[in-house]
Amino acid sequence: MTAATWGLLVATFVACFVEMVEATTIVMAMGFTRSWRSAMTGVGAAIAVLAVFTAIAGYALTTWLPESALQLVIGGLLLIFGLQWLRKAILRSSGRKAVHDEDAIYRKEVETARAAGQPTGGIDMFSFMVSFKGVLLEGMEVVFIVITFGLNAKNVPIAILGAAAAVIAVLLIAAAAKRPLSMIPENLLKYGVGLLLASFGTFWAIEGTGIFRGGQESLHWPGGNAAIPVLLAAWFLLSRAFITALRAPSRPTSIEPTKEFAQ
Amino acid sequence: MRFLKSFGRFWYDFIIGDDWKIAVSVVLALGVVVAAMSANLFGDTGLTILGGVAVVAFFAVSLAVDVRPKRKRGANRND
Repeated sequence: MTAATWGLLVATFVACFVEMVEATTIVMAMGFTRSWRSAMTGVGAAIAVLAVFTAIAGYALTTWLPESALQLVIGGLLLIFGLQWLRKAILRSSGRKAVHDEDAIYRKEVETARAAGQPTGGIDMFSFMVSFKGVLLEGMEVVFIVITFGLNAKNVPIAILGAAAAVIAVLLIAAAAKRPLSMIPENLLKYGVGLLLASFGTFWAIEGTGIFRGGQESLHWPGGNAAIPVLLAAWFLLSRAFITALRAPSRPTSIEPTKEFAQ
Repeated sequence: MRFLKSFGRFWYDFIIGDDWKIAVSVVLALGVVVAAMSANLFGDTGLTILGGVAVVAFFAVSLAVDVRPKRKRGANRND
């Protein structure tokens, strides 16, 4: 395999790994507290929706959109996702935001599940819906990453392989640990994925603005694809500079997960 | 109606997330590139570099808004 193929494999693996850890925490909380059957039914339903969405989105993106529009749409989305992750990484590293804690999120979710009352037989709709929404939201980002990285590298199978390997790895770790996956250095992984998404997103989104000029031809970065590692280095250095500039005198200690356990 | 509301809420959560400023920053940065392109200010190299700088600048502004002293709000959320 070439270096580019390895890069694609690692990028999709790490991005999918992080999303899977979050989805697994939600499903484990529902399964251990309420109903494994309902939680897993929700997971299955979400995976089915994701599969249909992937097929339709992949076909539509490659068939109907001109290249520059494709770059603008997927680059813009990747840039938004990447900067959201980078923002949180910067605020956490500078002590202005509590670190992401899977144990705390798990406890919070267990409390919510218990407060919702006991399941009354059959499918427990609470477990089903929480698991469905959690897997769908986290999985949708994975779908975009796999489609966009795969299409750009003209190697969708490798992107899918990276994502599938991450799913299997997280499931194996979760099955072995039987508890929230707080031992995984999630904040560091998210920082890395944020840098990757921000770099690729910047590259593609700006190229894609060429859709608005005559001929709808994409813009061209100086050096072509070689601009991507330069952007990666630039985002890394900028993020370190932001962390230094924003460093707070003391770290927050309270943990209060958002309702969607976001990113 | 309830379905449409939930559908819209899902896509809002997915794309905008819990910080609308990031999405606005990206739109504004790309808008700067399109405006410069329409005015024929630069060639491809100039436009791409302008775009990169604009993304960083708007992102920095959104971070500055995040860390500015708040008078009534509580502590930062963790998510």
